[in-house]
Amino acid sequence: MSGEIKHEWPLFEVFVRAKRGLNHVHVGSLRAADHEMALHHARDLYTRRNEGVSIWVVKSDDVVASGPDDKDAFFGPSGDKAYRHPTYYAIPDSVPHI
Amino acid sequence: MSEQVFEATIAKDQRIEPRDWMPEGYRKTMIRQIAQHAHSEIIGMQPEGAWITRAPSLRRKAILLAKVQDEAGHGLYLYSAAETLGADRGDLTRRLIEGRQKYSSIFNYPTLTFADVGVIGWLVDGAAICNQVPLCRSSFGPYARAMIRICKEESFHQRQGYELLMTMMRGTPAQREMVQDAVNRWWWPSLMMFGPPDAESPNTAQSMAWKIKRHTNDELRQRFVDMSVPQAGALGVTLPDGDLRWNAEREHYDFGEIDWSELKRVISGDGPMNRERIAHRRRADEQGAWVREAAAAHAAKRQGVPA
Repeated sequence: MSGEIKHEWPLFEVFVRAKRGLNHVHVGSLRAADHEMALHHARDLYTRRNEGVSIWVVKSDDVVASGPDDKDAFFGPSGDKAYRHPTYYAIPDSVPHI
Repeated sequence: MSEQVFEATIAKDQRIEPRDWMPEGYRKTMIRQIAQHAHSEIIGMQPEGAWITRAPSLRRKAILLAKVQDEAGHGLYLYSAAETLGADRGDLTRRLIEGRQKYSSIFNYPTLTFADVGVIGWLVDGAAICNQVPLCRSSFGPYARAMIRICKEESFHQRQGYELLMTMMRGTPAQREMVQDAVNRWWWPSLMMFGPPDAESPNTAQSMAWKIKRHTNDELRQRFVDMSVPQAGALGVTLPDGDLRWNAEREHYDFGEIDWSELKRVISGDGPMNRERIAHRRRADEQGAWVREAAAAHAAKRQGVPA
């Protein structure tokens, strides 16, 4: 959009652990002046109804991501490696506990 | 090649993500749709916010505060979703304040009594739910995910409104009259929330093909009428439409002609509250500027000092 107008505060990505024992999961993003404010805003914005027990915030600029064009190079090779899956191996039904 | 991937993704009912290739028209339409929705949430804080200080009990005040806070939250989820497409939220706010982007026409009506708070929850949020539930399946991933979160919270909004009205209907004749008066004022504007009739909605076909719109305006409007009639009956109010009656053949309620000239007038800026809503938003933006600047300056200063 219009390049010269920039928001005053940087963008942060927010990750919330829903309850003990689960991973932190990405829930969205927000704007804040610094990490501390980002944590407080994340609390108000993403956990108003007991959605979490722990929050991570990460500056969006610090996230390195694979792109849609990397899909084949990154994920294609695992397609022909069926031997990495347990169902690749035929075991007679008579063999127990395997 | 990229276009084929885009079309195939849509055809398989999978989601488009921000870094995927997408037609310029899709990007622009999504930014406009999400921004308009975000603006509606933010402007939508005003009609009910006006009653926070005058809520009749601590319970109602706490509920109303929570609801208005939710609206702010919804606006922020949506601005985040728009930013994934390269929009900038400061820029979007300026577009709103300068009248270059729109928000829902419904928020340009005044909230005259506390019954309006209940009717907004019941009818306006009810209509919003009709509109928004299908958008949880929008082809644009960040928007669909924001909508899922929003829909979960809207249900509280509608139920608190209906409960508020039930309470007033158990009260004095004057309170019941207040509820009926609020229903009379909000019913038709609520029907207008679904937008112009299908015949005059030129973008619908493209939006349906892109799966960023799942039902037509008239389909959703009918669904809302069908839902609302029994709810009005249970509440004991009359919907202000002499033509409203069950059509056994269609298995839907027939309803009267909507005053489309009113919708056009309100959308083009000439509703009862348009000027005040924008002036208020502009004032909030201007008066908050020093806080945003001070926080940024504080953060910059602290960054300069090694931790």
